Amino acid sequence: MAKKGWDEFEIGAMLRTFDGKIDDIAGTRQEDREYSQNSSYTASVADWRLIKPVFNKDYCIDCQFCWIYCPDVSIISRDKKLIGVDMDHCKGCGICVEVCPTNPKSLLMFPEQADEETEIANWPKKDEEEA
Amino acid sequence: MAFDKMELRDIEVWDGNFAAAQALRQSQVDVVAAYPITPSTPIVEGYAKFTSDGYVEGEFVMVESEHAAMSACIGAAAAGGRVATATSSQGFALMVETLYQASGMRLPIVLNVVNRALAAPLNVNGDHSDMYLGRDSGWIQLDAYCPQDAYDLNFVAFRVSEDHDVRLPCMVHQDGFMTSHTAQGVHTLTDDKAYGFVGDFKPMNDMLDFEHPVTHGVQTEEDWHFEHKARQHNDLMTKVMPKIQAAFDDFEKLSGRKYNIVEKYDMDDADVCVVCLGTSVETAREVATEMRAEGIKAGVVGIRVIRPFPFLEIAEALKGVKAIAALDRSSPNGTVGMLFNEIAGSLFNTDTKAMLSGYVYGLGGRDLTKAHLVALFKELQANIDAGKVTTPLQQFIGVRGPKLAYL
Repeated sequence: MAKKGWDEFEIGAMLRTFDGKIDDIAGTRQEDREYSQNSSYTASVADWRLIKPVFNKDYCIDCQFCWIYCPDVSIISRDKKLIGVDMDHCKGCGICVEVCPTNPKSLLMFPEQADEETEIANWPKKDEEEA
Repeated sequence: MAFDKMELRDIEVWDGNFAAAQALRQSQVDVVAAYPITPSTPIVEGYAKFTSDGYVEGEFVMVESEHAAMSACIGAAAAGGRVATATSSQGFALMVETLYQASGMRLPIVLNVVNRALAAPLNVNGDHSDMYLGRDSGWIQLDAYCPQDAYDLNFVAFRVSEDHDVRLPCMVHQDGFMTSHTAQGVHTLTDDKAYGFVGDFKPMNDMLDFEHPVTHGVQTEEDWHFEHKARQHNDLMTKVMPKIQAAFDDFEKLSGRKYNIVEKYDMDDADVCVVCLGTSVETAREVATEMRAEGIKAGVVGIRVIRPFPFLEIAEALKGVKAIAALDRSSPNGTVGMLFNEIAGSLFNTDTKAMLSGYVYGLGGRDLTKAHLVALFKELQANIDAGKVTTPLQQFIGVRGPKLAYL
C-alpha cells in the first residue's frame, strides 16, 4: 500500500473492512469477498507461529468444534466438511486440538518445520480407555 | 417527536449545573453515561430526571467509574449518536486515559467539566487544576464565566463538535460552586429555538451503519501514528476557530448574546491588563472599572476558548498594552503557570513588548477578592511608572505566611 501523507486519509483512526457493496456478505465465502487493502484478511500472520496444527482427515467426524472455537476463523469448512487450516491467519494457539473430541485427535500440534505427510503417517494410535 | 416540551420563562433562576442540564435536554442528547462527582453531579441528575419524566428521548447509562463513563460515551459516539457527560477533578483525572481515545477517534462528545481542585489534600472546591490537566488531550475547551455562559456554550459545543469538518470532542468548563452552585438569572431559549440551533445529529462513519462496516480504534505504529496526530493538530489549528466564530455569530443572531473567542473588556486604550479564566474574569471587570475611576487605564482579557489556544486573537487583544498579569488558578508545581507561558508565546515574536508577570491564586477555592485585584493593578501600574519590572516573575496571591515569589 502506498504511504499517504497526513492529509490524504479519512479522519478518526477508522478503517473500512470492505470495498463497495456488502449485500449478502454473510453468504459470501471469504475468498470471494471484496476485502479492502486495510482488512486484516490480506495480512499474513503466519510468522507469529511456532507450532502449527496438522489436520488428519481420517479421524475427523466433522463436528465443527474446531471451526466454532478457532479465535482467528482459520479453520476452513465447506458444506459442513472440514477441509483444512488457513495457514495465513493461524497463530498456532492449539485451541482446535484442545476441543477436538475424536480419539485419536484429528488435529495435533507439531513444530512449524515438521513435514505434514510424515507426521500424518506416524499419527498416534487410539488411546485405550483406562479400566 | 415523542417527548414532552418544557415551558420556560424568559429568565429562569438557575445555577450553572441546572443550566447545563437544561442545555443537554434541549439538545436532545441520545446517550449520557455518567458517574457523579461533586460539584458536577446535578448536571447528570438533571438529565436523568428529564429522561425519566419523558422530556428527552435518550438513554442514561449508569456505570461504575468515570473511566467507564467516558468509555461508554466513546462507544455510543462511535455507534452514532449525540453524546454528553459531566465530571470534575478526580473523576476527570480518571477519564484522562480515554480522553485521548475520544479525540484521536474524532468522536463528537460534549463533556461538562465543573472545575475543582485535584487532591491531595482532598478538596471539593473550585480551581482550574483539572482544566489544565486536560489541555493536551486534543479536546476543544470552552470556558464559561457564569450560568448563562454554561447554558449557551453547551449549544455551541454540540454544534462545533458535530460539524463534519471538525469532529472533535469538546469540553465546557465552569467553576466549581462559584458558577455551578450559584443561582443567577439565565435568559432561556425555547426548546424549538435551541434544538434548531444545534440541529439534528448527522452521523459520520457510525458503526450502526450496516451498509458500510467500519473498524474504530485501530492500531497504528511508527508508519501511521504521526500522520494521524498531525492531521488532528492541523484540524485543531486551522478548522476549529472559524467554526467556533461562525457558531458564536449565529448564536448572536438567535439570542442577542455576543460571545467572542477572546473576551475583551475596556481594552481599547488600556495600559495595564489582567488575563484570566472563569469567574475571576467577572470580578476583574468590576475592579477594572473602579481602577478607571482612579486614573489607572485598566483592562481585562478573558479567554473563552482555551484549546485550541487563540494565539493571534490574544496578540491582537494585547496590542499596545504596557503591563500584563497572567492569572493562573492552578498550582504550577515547579514552573510558571500555563497562561503565563501561552501569553509569552503569543507575544514573543510580535511588536508588543509588554511587561508580563505571572500570578497564582485561588487554589482549592480560595477567594480572589477585589482587594487582591486592586493591589495587583496598582503593582502593574508601578511597573509602568518605573519603566521596568519591579516585581518577581511569579507571585502567589492570598496564601498565608511569608510572601511567596519566585524568579
